[in-house]
Amino acid sequence: MENILSVRGLTVDIPLAAGTLHAVRGIDFDVKRGETLCVVGESGSGKSLTSLAIMGLLPKQAQRSAQVLDFEGVDLQTASNRDMRKLRGNRISMIFQEPMTSLNPAYTIGDQLTEALLLHRKVPKPVARDRAIELLEKVGITAAANRMKQYPHQLSGGLRQRVMIAMALMGEPDLIIADEPTTALDVTIQAQILRLLKDLQRELNMAMILITHDLGVVARIADKVAIMYAGEMVEAGSAAEVFTAPKHPYTRGLLNCIPVPGKTAVGEHLGSIPGIVPSLIGDVAGCAFRSRCDEATAQCATDIPARISPAGHLYRCVHDYDMNQPKSGEA
Amino acid sequence: MSVPVLELENVSKIFSIKQGIFGKRKDLRAVDELTLKLQKGEVLGLVGESGCGKSTLARILLGLETPTQGRVLVDGEDITTHDRSYLARRIQPIFQDPYSSLNPRKTIGDIISLPLRVHKVGDPRDWDKQTADILDVVGLPKRVLRSYPSQLSGGQRQRVAIARALIMRPEIVICDEPTSALDVSVQSQILNLLSDLRNEFGLTYLFISHNLAVVEHLATRVAVMYLGRIVEEADASSLFAGPDHPYTNALLESVLTPDPSLGVPDTQLGAVFPNPINPPSGCHFHPRCPRAIDICSTKAPVATLRQGKRVECHLVEGAVQ
Ligand SMILES: Nc1ncnc2c1ncn2[C@@H]1O[C@H](COP(=O)(O)OP(=O)(O)O)[C@@H](O)[C@H]1O
Ligand SMILES: Nc1ncnc2c1ncn2[C@@H]1O[C@H](COP(=O)(O)OP(=O)(O)O)[C@@H](O)[C@H]1O
Ligand SMILES: [Mg+2]
Ligand SMILES: [Mg+2]
Repeated sequence: MENILSVRGLTVDIPLAAGTLHAVRGIDFDVKRGETLCVVGESGSGKSLTSLAIMGLLPKQAQRSAQVLDFEGVDLQTASNRDMRKLRGNRISMIFQEPMTSLNPAYTIGDQLTEALLLHRKVPKPVARDRAIELLEKVGITAAANRMKQYPHQLSGGLRQRVMIAMALMGEPDLIIADEPTTALDVTIQAQILRLLKDLQRELNMAMILITHDLGVVARIADKVAIMYAGEMVEAGSAAEVFTAPKHPYTRGLLNCIPVPGKTAVGEHLGSIPGIVPSLIGDVAGCAFRSRCDEATAQCATDIPARISPAGHLYRCVHDYDMNQPKSGEA
Repeated sequence: MSVPVLELENVSKIFSIKQGIFGKRKDLRAVDELTLKLQKGEVLGLVGESGCGKSTLARILLGLETPTQGRVLVDGEDITTHDRSYLARRIQPIFQDPYSSLNPRKTIGDIISLPLRVHKVGDPRDWDKQTADILDVVGLPKRVLRSYPSQLSGGQRQRVAIARALIMRPEIVICDEPTSALDVSVQSQILNLLSDLRNEFGLTYLFISHNLAVVEHLATRVAVMYLGRIVEEADASSLFAGPDHPYTNALLESVLTPDPSLGVPDTQLGAVFPNPINPPSGCHFHPRCPRAIDICSTKAPVATLRQGKRVECHLVEGAVQ
């Protein structure tokens, strides 16, 4: 199937007093219809800026560049503001982590849900209204017709997040970008919402980019996984490959950090990644993970080319790793 | 059994909530007739969704909130008979947000040593040394003493919060979502530290978290809360091996282990979220319960006690009267 979104060499630079922050440093990925790409990484790794760069919603001072930034034949770099607004209202939707930042407190849920349809699709009001109620019910909101008249502050956090999801689906988008959509929610609600997203994705054959730092969510929902570290995609491949045969030491480090019932011994030490993420201000050379990596050698300070594993997944590490011989420090 | 280090006896906390400008005041039972014991040396994991009353319970145990009803016992004696200073030496908190719980205008040295100064612990000439020592215990370099919270990473700030709690050499530490705001690599460091400190100082923890995998990793006993009630309580191993309450079961099923061969579980929970001001009749959980029967909507279940396990559910054998 054809890619709906293609990204090559995407960078985001932010000029700061101390120098230029290279927040996103040349990342490549594709997403197809019906496919879920999960972008994983710790806070500050550039996940949100990546999604904002695609949406054309970067903060003013940020500078974007890319070799390719293509959404179904539309070059997102040359598209006009007007075209971008149209795409965002219609074909690409975004779900943000904190629903209150993207819901307008002064308008009712109903007004906000139907706005994009009325504006971009010019559908009659009753049609938009019916569609909104239908979607609210789909995201598990009872008494949907009454909710339409309420204001965001009258809803609980879990309900607001569901409203955000319904809003993102109103235009039946081709691509949905969800930035930590369930991070603030309780586990039972998280499971319900992830299932719902998966179901609707199948029904509408949408492409989905899901940004998260939760490896459990990724494993359960992703077709493809991209691991970000310090603005770079250090590893990307099918979920099965990345979880069962991780190639990058950072990916392995992350997997060792999380307690897994039945696997990690109760009360024993979890794996950890010593050190901190290096500054990305000014020139950054070599592997950004090398200061924290057990396997680092002099070669790691040179340019790290992307490599492809026999199973076809991409990674940026000069070392070969034998799954059967775990290095010390790994549980 | 020995005297619990901390105990709640039939404790309730009722907040009076005003709805709208002209609305009548209504009662919100954040903690609803709870009885709970914390034994020396154990790690009691407290889980439940947000708003169920975990932090309120923690604040009651810390003496920061006065219960509307019931008694809190510290070492078997009513908490009201102890003064602040005594309590501070027995019980200390570590809160979720290492960003907002540290005073941004104070240096790390001042923040950590504040409890010593407030409660005038020991000889003031020793305070600097004690502060330096505790920094070492939590794995922070000496140079952070003169730093401000904004100059530290999230993980370092949480270490500061732990140092501040431990400088009083408490026996009991109440951890309210201590790693929820942290990245996984930092979370694992803090969890390792908490577990080392427990061994080194023989600490007793109440460990509140919404992350069941984390609770399973640390807890020796687990209490599950729903709308102000503890609906199930058991040894960690038996609870995780076979929960009795349908809500506990749903919580456990919702834990997403990093296994790419599995999908997202269907918890079969209804999407009807209860209003804490007007909680559902009978068992508060019945509108969402996949196994609810008639009696669940009319009668609140009575606790069943069996083999160290306590469950409030009509479906548990022996519970139906
Ligand atoms: N508006 C901004 N001004 C300055 N720096 C920013 C801005 N937005 C993000 N950054 C920085 O860019 C980096 C990447 O941020 P972000 O994409 O938000 O990370 P993530 O979503 O992975 O946590 C971080 O170091 C962050 O501090
Ligand atoms: N000071 C307060 N005044 C009024 N209501 C409160 C107060 N503190 C907590 N609540 C309410 O009590 C319930 C329990 O809150 P909390 O203990 O913070 O839950 P949790 O920590 O499990 O998320 C919630 O419905 C909350 O809104
Ligand atoms: Mg982000
Ligand atoms: Mg809380």
